[in-house]
Amino acid sequence: MAAPGGDMQWCFSQVKGAIDDDVAEADIISTVEFNHTGELLATGDKGGRVVIFQQEIENKNLPQLRSEYNVYSTFQSHEPEFDYLKSLEIEEKINKIRWLPQKNAAQFLLSTNDKTIKLWKISERDKRPDGYNLKEDDGRCKDPNSITSLRVPVLIPMDLMVEASPRRVFANAHTYHINSVSVNSDHETYLSADDLRINLWHLEITDRSFNIVDIKPANMEELTEVITAAEFHPHQCNTFVYSSSKGIIRLCDMRESALCDRHTKLFEEPEDPSNRSFFSEIISSISDVKFSHSGRYMMTRDYLSVKIWDLNMENRPVETYQVHEYLRSKLCSLYENDCIFDKFECCWNGNDSVVMTGSYNNFFRMFDRSQRRDVMLEASRENSKPMQVLKPRKVCAGGKRKKDEISVDSLDFNKKILHTAWHPQDNIIAVATTNNLYIFQDKIN
Amino acid sequence: MSEENVEALTPEEAPEDGTEVQEAIINLEKAEEAKLKARYPNLGHKPGGSDLLRKRLQKGQKYFDSGDYNMAKAKITNKQLPTAVAPEKSEITGDHIPTPQDLPPRKPPLVASKLAG
Repeated sequence: MAAPGGDMQWCFSQVKGAIDDDVAEADIISTVEFNHTGELLATGDKGGRVVIFQQEIENKNLPQLRSEYNVYSTFQSHEPEFDYLKSLEIEEKINKIRWLPQKNAAQFLLSTNDKTIKLWKISERDKRPDGYNLKEDDGRCKDPNSITSLRVPVLIPMDLMVEASPRRVFANAHTYHINSVSVNSDHETYLSADDLRINLWHLEITDRSFNIVDIKPANMEELTEVITAAEFHPHQCNTFVYSSSKGIIRLCDMRESALCDRHTKLFEEPEDPSNRSFFSEIISSISDVKFSHSGRYMMTRDYLSVKIWDLNMENRPVETYQVHEYLRSKLCSLYENDCIFDKFECCWNGNDSVVMTGSYNNFFRMFDRSQRRDVMLEASRENSKPMQVLKPRKVCAGGKRKKDEISVDSLDFNKKILHTAWHPQDNIIAVATTNNLYIFQDKIN
Repeated sequence: MSEENVEALTPEEAPEDGTEVQEAIINLEKAEEAKLKARYPNLGHKPGGSDLLRKRLQKGQKYFDSGDYNMAKAKITNKQLPTAVAPEKSEITGDHIPTPQDLPPRKPPLVASKLAG
């Protein structure tokens, strides 16, 4: 793999989606996820649809033309529903997609909206039967009297057809809105988390799930904290973490008790109470938590920063990176336009040396942990010539603006990059703007 | 902030270092807070507390009771039908009689994603 983060040059590879500015709400991308080999890339949108892209086999004669991702399958995962009992609209928006590790020829993924998780099987069909005795080629039944001989039907090749079918529907287990789904390293169970509860499921069983975390207070008036994200440890099948709106991460061990209300570890960065402002708690709310591939660290994303935690140290993060510190002087307007509640995700590269997260104005940032360098790039149609190298971007917080810098007041807060994904092995990244998916890769020298 | 495009970053150290930076940060936030309080004097004392969370948990709740609506319609003889008042950020209470205009329009038919186009 090429040198990480700072030394790398990122190039435009592909962009998917419509060019027009008039974005239909259904087309807003809500989740992006590579599968475990990176061959498949799935996106979910607000319209409940899933689109899966597949990496084409590399052209060995033209190594500079890295493999492209093309549409492999697309299907409607969830549809809008109405809960008549509670007068609640259930959005079809796909909140999360998580791939299962591949066990046979088919691929499996979990996709979830606010209330229901579904297990989808994506399988290929490239042969079809031919030569039936009782049916014509077009399916019409033959007149039995016209049949004078018998033949054995054979399987003949056909154009590849990719089929998606729902194999399991895990419903009615969440009163509140599901924010996370995480497959366990045992490949048999997974967890789903909503604002107040986390449930444990078995992939084969849809009529039962175990509640493992419940933070709902007896009196809802006393509610001060909600669950914002949850994830299983990548190797220890008994361990999971969940983050909260107060900036706290709790690590739980399922061997300790059936209900993991008492955490095994609590990760929180201490704050001087006199330093608190009206915004302190809101901007400390963690929008995403991700374990490193090694399982030694975890990363959290709050409104302004990314923090790396060592699982062996609970009292403070080992690294903190400011994503867009220049927004601190804009918190008032960001509260008024609700942007302060935007939930940015974050991701690790394959060897945990670089982390990436999104920002506004279609900017996204990468922090190279080992080289202590960082860069801010932009996903835009203006930089979309094939293999065009992305120029680093700079935001000027105030004062004299240099050439090529953009002033913080000119940032477009409607252009937010909330979802990004990094190929598990290679330096290929998928970055979702509102309704477009950009794929970038490192420049091969 | 660094002048270079690709800056050499030092991850933030423990609280002992950079207290000046801390102070500057807090001053910025408190200035923003003052701005907000000036615009919305009635803002509650517990910003991250139950009001915010309850609003988040109740997202998407819409009420329509045809009985309520028809009774309200029947009570009004010469006056106009009850018109909807946009609820904005406030929660819908029991006093507010939703009307068909309140309810979201029927969702458009499901079409293929443009990402696959």
